[in-house]
Amino acid sequence: MSPRPGFVLEVDRSTPPTLYWHGERFRMERLPEGSRVIYAPEPLDPLTDPSAAIRHALRHPLGDKDPLPALLHPGMKLTIAFDDISLPLPPMERPDIRQLVIEQVLDMAAEAGVDDVELIVALALHRRMTEPELRHALGDRIYDAFAPNGLLTQHDAEDPDALVHLGLTDQGEDVEINKRAAESDLLVYVNINLVAMDGGHKSVATGLASYKSLRHHHNPQTMQQSRSFMDQHKSELHSANWRMGKLIADSGVNVFQIETNLNNDAFPPAFNFLQKREWEWGVKDRLAYLGASKALDRTPAKYARQIFHSVKAPHRMTSVQAGEVEAVHAVTTDNVWKQQGVVVEGQTDILSMGLPYISPYNVNSILNPILVACLGLGYFFNMYRGKPLVREGGVVIMSHPTPWEFNPVHHPSYIDFFEQVLSETTDPIEIAKGFEESFATDPWYIHLYRTGHAYHGVHPFYMWYWCAHALQHLGAVIIVGGDPAAVHRLGFRVASTMADALEMANDIVGTSPTLTHIHTPPIFMSDVQ
Amino acid sequence: MTPRHGSSRSLLKTRAVRADAALGTNGHRRVAALKRYSPTGIASRAGRRRFPLAAPSWPENVPRPAPDHDLGVDYDTTWSRKYPVRLARAMVLDNVTRPLARVIASPLIRGDEYLTDVGAPVIFAANHTSHIDTPLLMSCLPLRFRHRTVVAAAADYFFDRRWKAGFFAFSLAAIPIERNKVNRRSAQLATDLVADGWNLIIFPEGGRSPDGWGQTFRGGAAYLSVKTNRPVVPVHLEGTGNVLPKGSKGIRRTRTTVTFGAPLWPEEGEDARRFGLRIESAVATLADETITDWWTARKRAVMGTTPPLQGPDVARWRRSWALPETTPTHSGSDGIEWPRRSD
Repeated sequence: MSPRPGFVLEVDRSTPPTLYWHGERFRMERLPEGSRVIYAPEPLDPLTDPSAAIRHALRHPLGDKDPLPALLHPGMKLTIAFDDISLPLPPMERPDIRQLVIEQVLDMAAEAGVDDVELIVALALHRRMTEPELRHALGDRIYDAFAPNGLLTQHDAEDPDALVHLGLTDQGEDVEINKRAAESDLLVYVNINLVAMDGGHKSVATGLASYKSLRHHHNPQTMQQSRSFMDQHKSELHSANWRMGKLIADSGVNVFQIETNLNNDAFPPAFNFLQKREWEWGVKDRLAYLGASKALDRTPAKYARQIFHSVKAPHRMTSVQAGEVEAVHAVTTDNVWKQQGVVVEGQTDILSMGLPYISPYNVNSILNPILVACLGLGYFFNMYRGKPLVREGGVVIMSHPTPWEFNPVHHPSYIDFFEQVLSETTDPIEIAKGFEESFATDPWYIHLYRTGHAYHGVHPFYMWYWCAHALQHLGAVIIVGGDPAAVHRLGFRVASTMADALEMANDIVGTSPTLTHIHTPPIFMSDVQ
Repeated sequence: MTPRHGSSRSLLKTRAVRADAALGTNGHRRVAALKRYSPTGIASRAGRRRFPLAAPSWPENVPRPAPDHDLGVDYDTTWSRKYPVRLARAMVLDNVTRPLARVIASPLIRGDEYLTDVGAPVIFAANHTSHIDTPLLMSCLPLRFRHRTVVAAAADYFFDRRWKAGFFAFSLAAIPIERNKVNRRSAQLATDLVADGWNLIIFPEGGRSPDGWGQTFRGGAAYLSVKTNRPVVPVHLEGTGNVLPKGSKGIRRTRTTVTFGAPLWPEEGEDARRFGLRIESAVATLADETITDWWTARKRAVMGTTPPLQGPDVARWRRSWALPETTPTHSGSDGIEWPRRSD
């Protein structure tokens, strides 16, 4: 049976309670009659022979690009850059898609007699990956061949010797990227596309860029002008990256882009209930839910987090395309929509969402309050095309425990941002003006970013800027079950139950509001008509 | 308990107040209505539901998946009309179903005199609010109709499992009807059975009312009548929603009224769509008669002011709020039971 498309349910009296993520736990909520629940399309069928598909893509590139074997020759300098730990979510079961693609690229490079090959993790300002994470992404064969020889490196956006300034765009934006990548005869970028924002020129222009370059589009103004940043036709973030990408190409950087699409099969069979529509739950699903939820309710959050972060997704590749950046990305974006697009009629007064334990920036870590805000208002809110799911002045209700808890290794600057900056103001523009530079240039944060596994000092600002469009658009944000102190620090309201949250929302949107719930996992994009 | 007769004014008043509340003209009522709608109230009902311990209920507006090949509309019910099965069903119907229906639903039968002169087969077209509608109506049919009647039942609901198909085919002489799309097989089966002399009970709304109000009638009953040139007897069932409303798991004892209307024949040149509207209008008049009286209902029918079965076109909670009282009593002011009960 072919996978079913997304579905918008109108809740009636026979509708069973709806499952909500709640961090490392679950909640069941009975929504008011007439509410809408949006379910994602079912996972698309994967490629039957991914290796053959990758080979075919490399040999039959899209756009104005020669086949990869024709671009490889002895004596050349080849750099392979690839997406970091932030993709996919949750991390996929072995073999990771990056391993599958890069092994094929290396096979072709070996056949062509290319000796000078280097692999770079396109970190941007993210934390460095650990050895186990790299082994998982690349496989032991690649890791053991390159890492011990110093040929597997992680992009360092603060190493002046490893960066090169390529010039300014016509809008005066600095383009400064990884020197090795820029000076290679061929830069192969291996991308995983999980959301429509990923890939395209953003891969190199962001993933291999410096703070000096990133600040031009990672700012509140860009985010407020992107409606949304998941819709490339209305995304200022996209436009900025495209300007930079063109400058990179004009500078002579030869990019061979490889983009892959995954299906949205995000959890292993034990968690099948997460992705099923509640009324279709069978006995197994109900038992699995009851077992998991009761066990998690009795498990300390720390251990529940460890359990969830050990879960690997059974994502499978649905397509792979390679060649010229823009031609490749056009196909990739279409494929993202095929997997994730759901047509939704009209906006809603209240948008509710259950937030999971994971976001792109806390793999193997804690979803701290800033990341909670970013996941809900930055990501889920922006997963639309056309217009936001929630009307202007509407309310977003998120379900998450939002603990006042941070990982000091991964998120040291987040702690200070939360304590020092959000206690002063939550306005993204004021924050950018008053605090960004001091965090971005703080030597201690830079040291931790370069030598440890810390996100860059400016990263929590970017997470907050990610929320800028939603903060400007919404009348209120309510977090159900959140830690009151942490939620208030974010400038949001806290409710102990969904019923309370709806009562609070009534004060803002009126007494007969419409409610729409986005049922995740898996993620999806709403095409709001 | 609200008096059944001689109290139509008070009933109308109650209804008007509720309608006001629904329209927001009565502040006090409006607050009450909002409380009924409030998520707290809805959440508190969750305690009664046992999902995920129990199997989930199926949302009303989500079509059920296609059943197995020889289930659904493909299920063969021929066996259920064979003589030994009919005999067994008649025994169950007369000795189990009817006494149970009388105990649980205490049916007051009105208008059965219309059936005196009409010859079989006929098509009974009734409104539908509860699973009890079918056995109740079956048990209220006069004897000459009762044991030669089949029931049009939703193929996707009553025939999606083998045990369900067998149970309903036996106990109610149910035949599978495709209600979500036109299906030649199910339409032909019903036509053949009527042509073969079987009476047919059909619920033109296509399913039970989700909120107590009626739904727009579909064209099945009219189509069959036009095709077989047999009359349609409009039937209104009042109070069954209180016995076993949709979504409820328990049965409550209450009184019900089964009102038969005059048989309707398709007029010369009248197509099924227009005839269907006439059937719906006739059932709406019977509904009006149940909450007012025969004369008022007749006058309103002639003037075209009969309240529609579907209720007001407003938000769900307001529709719910505007529902009329549905607990009829069967005795007049002097305590003498009238009209007569079913024998």
